[in-house]
Amino acid sequence: MTSALRGIDPSRYVVHVGFLLIFALFAVVLKDDGFLTSTNLLNIAQQTAPVTVMAVGMVFVFTAGEIDLSIGSVVAISALIAATVMREYAWPLAVVAGLGTGIGIGLLNGALVAYARLPSFLVTLATMGLLAGVARWLTNLQSVPITQNLFNNLFGAGRLAGIPSLVFWTVAVVGIGHFIHRETRFGAHVHATGDNARAARAIGIRIEQVRLAVLVISATTAALAGLLYAGRLHGARYTLGETDLLTVIAAVIVGGTHLNGGIGTVTGALIGSLLMGMLNNGLILMGLSVSEQMMVRGLIILAAVALTLREPNR
Amino acid sequence: MTTPVLALEGVRKEFGGVVAIERIDLELHAGEIVALVGDNGAGKSTLVKIIAGIHPPTSGRIMMDGSPISFPNPRAAQEHGIQVVYQDLALADQQPVYMNMFLGSELVTGPFRRLNRKRMIAETETLVRELDVRIPSAKATIRELSGGQRQGVAIARATHRARKLVLMDEPTAALGVAETMRVEAIIRSLKERALAILLISHSLDQVFRLADRICVLRHGVQIGVKRSSETSSNEIVAMITGLA
Repeated sequence: MTSALRGIDPSRYVVHVGFLLIFALFAVVLKDDGFLTSTNLLNIAQQTAPVTVMAVGMVFVFTAGEIDLSIGSVVAISALIAATVMREYAWPLAVVAGLGTGIGIGLLNGALVAYARLPSFLVTLATMGLLAGVARWLTNLQSVPITQNLFNNLFGAGRLAGIPSLVFWTVAVVGIGHFIHRETRFGAHVHATGDNARAARAIGIRIEQVRLAVLVISATTAALAGLLYAGRLHGARYTLGETDLLTVIAAVIVGGTHLNGGIGTVTGALIGSLLMGMLNNGLILMGLSVSEQMMVRGLIILAAVALTLREPNR
Repeated sequence: MTTPVLALEGVRKEFGGVVAIERIDLELHAGEIVALVGDNGAGKSTLVKIIAGIHPPTSGRIMMDGSPISFPNPRAAQEHGIQVVYQDLALADQQPVYMNMFLGSELVTGPFRRLNRKRMIAETETLVRELDVRIPSAKATIRELSGGQRQGVAIARATHRARKLVLMDEPTAALGVAETMRVEAIIRSLKERALAILLISHSLDQVFRLADRICVLRHGVQIGVKRSSETSSNEIVAMITGLA
């Protein structure tokens, strides 16, 4: 390796190269199917918004060496609570209630992991199931429509200067997330905690607070994703977010974040999420059946993960 | 004689009725290396943990610069200028050298308290140059470094933060011959920084190469403290084993 490349981990850029390759492939193959139209590209960005937002939260969790399986259930329950509040009250209160629900669940997950010292895998597996049940029970499996149009425009279907509001949300969350993760002391402590928790503790980093914080961040992004779904669909339903967990994890890992902690990037997760959305979109335009889509997507994720996670010298 | 940086006065430690350290009286002076030797289970690591604020002593006093002090936790000891270089390094492997150097006390800049990477890198480079720790770059990740380089980074970090005392628990245990020599040179250079150093080592050769005084423990009992220039390897071995 030349000295200019020292310290640059080539596996970190697999996702960028992969993204460009698949984009180029679709652009050529699907030229006549409208892949490259601005409508379609904005559509991809819009559809991936909730997954991208959750992926940003998950980058923090993975970097700290933890995992959050409960995000899908948080999406549903926050959206349902926000929609229910909006039946009686103005939408800002519903937003506070929805996000507050996420923060509360994050605090619960975080306290059990950080202070009761339970593994995050088991804690969030349990809360995932628990909250999925609560979401079903809360509304008797009924969907809750949202008729406050300002909310629907702000969090979902609205546009400003031709750009969908969901794109603004994505940019904001990715930008803030990237800054905190990469440029702040807290971000450095998240990395150190996931890399070597004992060393971090010995040096005086409060690793319990770090673990609590990352799970709160993750649940909060999931709650925001719930609001984005609710805004786009003009209502909430217990099925929201049901299938997102694996997509989020795939996006984050394909984006170069390590499941074992210590290494992660928010921008990589953004590209990973867009890649997932683009695959979805392209495979549909290609006319593949749902089962074919699932198989192709699985193979591509497998290839990307294999390329990204091959550990050097270990 | 000057006031010692740290003085242990009749320090005793029991764990649930089991005596780990019977009684230790020891003074550490600035610019001095004191070696702590003894067989496994003699109480060396326990003593380091007491000074580092991990365990409180059961009885006895710790004095710093002449006044009694107690460390309820490791943070308190660190705040009083004490740093530990652990046997198992305590570095974050996947982070760059400069982040490890400033771990937990990162430098920030501007209204958003952004990490000041430029300054952390520059200060790290100055420090490793002064201590002659030969690493490829302050931006290299720890896992790219050899064992000796890592220990050099760990010592540089402790030195950078310690104002009074550096405790070293077997700093060269995992290193080869050439790397041990490098690390010993670094330890020797710390004396010029007017730090007191307490060194645990199993290598008597190393102890004689580095230490000004040698404190021998056996089964938690302080057998004696000797000036290295006034004792011999044979005498120390006899004190460690109790076989004259």
